[in-house]
Amino acid sequence: MTSCFESVFLQTVARGTVPFLQVFAFYVITHGHYSPGGGFQGGVMLAASIILLRITFGEDSFRRFPESAGLMLAGVGALCFAVLGFAPLLSGGSFLEYARTFFWMEAPEARYWGILLAEVFIGFLVWGALVAIYDALATGGGE
Amino acid sequence: MRWLGLVLIAALGGILVWGASDLPRRGDPGSPAAVHDSVSVYYIRNAYEETRTPNIVTAVLADYRSFDTFGESVVVMVAALSCVLILLRPRRPAGDDGGDA
Repeated sequence: MTSCFESVFLQTVARGTVPFLQVFAFYVITHGHYSPGGGFQGGVMLAASIILLRITFGEDSFRRFPESAGLMLAGVGALCFAVLGFAPLLSGGSFLEYARTFFWMEAPEARYWGILLAEVFIGFLVWGALVAIYDALATGGGE
Repeated sequence: MRWLGLVLIAALGGILVWGASDLPRRGDPGSPAAVHDSVSVYYIRNAYEETRTPNIVTAVLADYRSFDTFGESVVVMVAALSCVLILLRPRRPAGDDGGDA
């Protein structure tokens, strides 16, 4: 990124807002069982916090969240979700059958934890994907 | 050729509208998705016992219909990947425009 809004006010507000935004995003991801929310929504909020840093701090934000981290997070999220999906096939279950992945738990409890894991992976995936899209658009050809 | 495209689009749009006009009205208690022994009634009755998840939407999204969610999230990842691949082209040495610029 070549330019940013160099403003003490914006940077101070962003510094105060971003931690709360991220904590609330993790709350939204993990509280999807009980309230509206989940991986997609929480991931978007995490991405929004990083994009806020990108806008207000410019180059400095790449030290906290490097440009390569976006795609890496997205890939890791998708890979973990795929592993979670294909793992039950090894023991003869069906795709994403959480009760077989967590075979030491009772079925409802296993599905509870499976849903939570899937939401967390989706959250990481959306987080990384949106930051990667923003970086690709903002840097415009790798300048 | 332009007229062919226009006619094709009109025909496809007409088919879409024709199909949509046959959908049940929103909230119709007699629609196939809402009558008893359908999936939505099954989810409402059994989602909590089977998944310990009070939010039925989450239970359907991440458990009963999780293969759909998996596809959706892969679409998001592929969108980011193609954005990066298209927009962040590798820098070429000066004077070499690659022939397609």
